[in-house]
Amino acid sequence: MPLNLLVCVKGTVSSTSGALRPEGQPLSPSPLDEYAVEEALRLKERVPGSKTAALSLGTPASEEPLRSVLSLGVESAVLLCDEAFAGGDPVSSAYLLSLAVRKLSAAAPVQLVLCGKKTNDGESGQVGPALAAWLGWPSACAVRKVVEVSETSLTVERALEGGVETLALSFPAVLTLTKEINEPRLPSLKGKMAARKAQIPRWGASDLGADAALYGKSAATSVVKTAPVPPRAGGVSIPGNTPEEKARALAEKLKEMKLL
Amino acid sequence: MSADPKGILCVADALCPATAELLGAGRALADSRGEPLALLLADGAEAEAAAALGADRLLLLEGPSLAGAPEDAWEAALKPVLEAESPRAVLLPGTVFGRSLAPRLAVALRAGLVSDALTLRFDPEGRLLAERSICSGNAVAEILVGRWPALATLRPMAFPRAVPGQKKAEILRRSAPAAVSKARVLSFVPEAAAEIELGGADKVVSGGRGLGGPEGFAPLRELAALLGAAVGASRTAVDAGWIPYRHQVGLTGRSIRPRLYVACGISGQIQHLAGMRSSEVIVGINQDPDCPMMKLATFSVQGDLVKLVPALSAEIRRLRGA
Ligand SMILES: Cc1cc2nc3c(=O)[nH]c(=O)nc-3n(C[C@H](O)[C@H](O)[C@H](O)COP(=O)(O)OP(=O)(O)OC[C@H]3O[C@@H](n4cnc5c(N)ncnc54)[C@H](O)[C@@H]3O)c2cc1C
Repeated sequence: MPLNLLVCVKGTVSSTSGALRPEGQPLSPSPLDEYAVEEALRLKERVPGSKTAALSLGTPASEEPLRSVLSLGVESAVLLCDEAFAGGDPVSSAYLLSLAVRKLSAAAPVQLVLCGKKTNDGESGQVGPALAAWLGWPSACAVRKVVEVSETSLTVERALEGGVETLALSFPAVLTLTKEINEPRLPSLKGKMAARKAQIPRWGASDLGADAALYGKSAATSVVKTAPVPPRAGGVSIPGNTPEEKARALAEKLKEMKLL
Repeated sequence: MSADPKGILCVADALCPATAELLGAGRALADSRGEPLALLLADGAEAEAAAALGADRLLLLEGPSLAGAPEDAWEAALKPVLEAESPRAVLLPGTVFGRSLAPRLAVALRAGLVSDALTLRFDPEGRLLAERSICSGNAVAEILVGRWPALATLRPMAFPRAVPGQKKAEILRRSAPAAVSKARVLSFVPEAAAEIELGGADKVVSGGRGLGGPEGFAPLRELAALLGAAVGASRTAVDAGWIPYRHQVGLTGRSIRPRLYVACGISGQIQHLAGMRSSEVIVGINQDPDCPMMKLATFSVQGDLVKLVPALSAEIRRLRGA
């Protein structure tokens, strides 16, 4: 049985280009989300006849990252976009995504949602597992390998702090992925052309039937303030004419600081 | 959830350094409001040792053990327990376990969650305020959790570890409903026992492209062993296949904050710094004195790492009289 695979993609500003002042900067898929896209495409190849779709929550500027996902071969995309969504937190974002998953599933049941382990801006890693909880689906975070996929379930591998765990999840399910899982492909020229022309529907609060108590300004957490981390003051250059002299001078410093 | 929340509840899957950090953070929060501190553990296997870590109460879940269970099983088992306890704040470790479970609990309890907190305090109304790192370590955000219970996962190594004391927690048993999970753990293969886990490591010796190949990690491992350090790596070293991914530090790897980070042949690109720049002391060992890592290192040692790393190991041995 073919699968309906859905990838959640967040459009973010590259870490190297002023992530702190994102206004007006171009967005691209958050780095780990690219691995989720690639894995969806690979699963589609593993289970012939499967379909892939991408889902993003964001401002109109998030259309560009969705187009770049389409250029890789994902067939369709939806953008959740509404001024009322502003001011939310990861759990409320997951709520809105869960409504979209339900809406998509009403047309064709989604078996598997793939997310990156965390984004490069918020870095919370909450959206995947929270989405699963809103849907009442099982989840596995930090997955590094899809070992096996069948019509009703899949087996995945993930690295925990103390070792490697293998677990089976019955569909429908949510996975979050690490970069170890694959090597993302590059878009083809044909893909880019097709993506440019694709229609990307936008769904707002009323399309989703969202409960105003659960998203946007009603989210349970809010950002009070953000401040740039001051650059680390440079330190001491260790003197010495030979490696041995330098090693001795460094060891002395480390000993002073009780690090040896 | 509750209009009358009380106390701090720490949730742990095992007794490990991360759990001691939960109790260290939890004790400070509890004392700031004169409220009790509790620790909830999956089962009684380590009850004796856990009871000595400074909690006022130790809650043990009865029923099928949750140790090693998937996160949806934990969510189902903990929801009624947390509703009954009605804590002001719930702390979980910033491990794969904690960061998988906490969002599920936040949804189940309609609670607010802060991930990977670096600091925690209460505002005058008793709401949780937490600082956390965002934008690849370039900024710190302060987050207010406007509802109770306030959930937080703690960045490993960011909080002082509770040490075993004389005071013993009162041990209470709580029955958890038989959890139905739609996931099943098939196997768990522990990592080689000799390897120090990166996330909770006090010291880390890390290698990058400058090592020149997989064999370059041998002298690094030797230095790490002498220091009692874990071994880290840049993405370049991992992508080249010189060392497994679990060692990768940075934006698309692990975020760590050891007391000592020794960067050997790592230039210090922003994506690498994202994972380690809050380390207490950074040592840079590099040929290039102008690369970002050498510019920000507490101690920069210019030169060929092929000579410097073994020289440092030899010096440490000499100091120890071996
Ligand atoms: C989306 C994205 C995510 C990324 N995520 C990560 C991540 O999580 N972690 C990460 O590390 N990188 C990440 N990167 C890659 C990052 O940008 C750098 O490419 C990478 O960190 C460089 O690794 P390096 O410092 O080992 O190599 P280089 O930058 O090539 O540095 C090698 C250093 O070794 C020194 N050297 C060489 N030979 C010697 C010698 N004999 N003795 C002493 N010094 C020597 C050189 O002077 C140089 O400073 C990411 C990039 C992107 C785009």
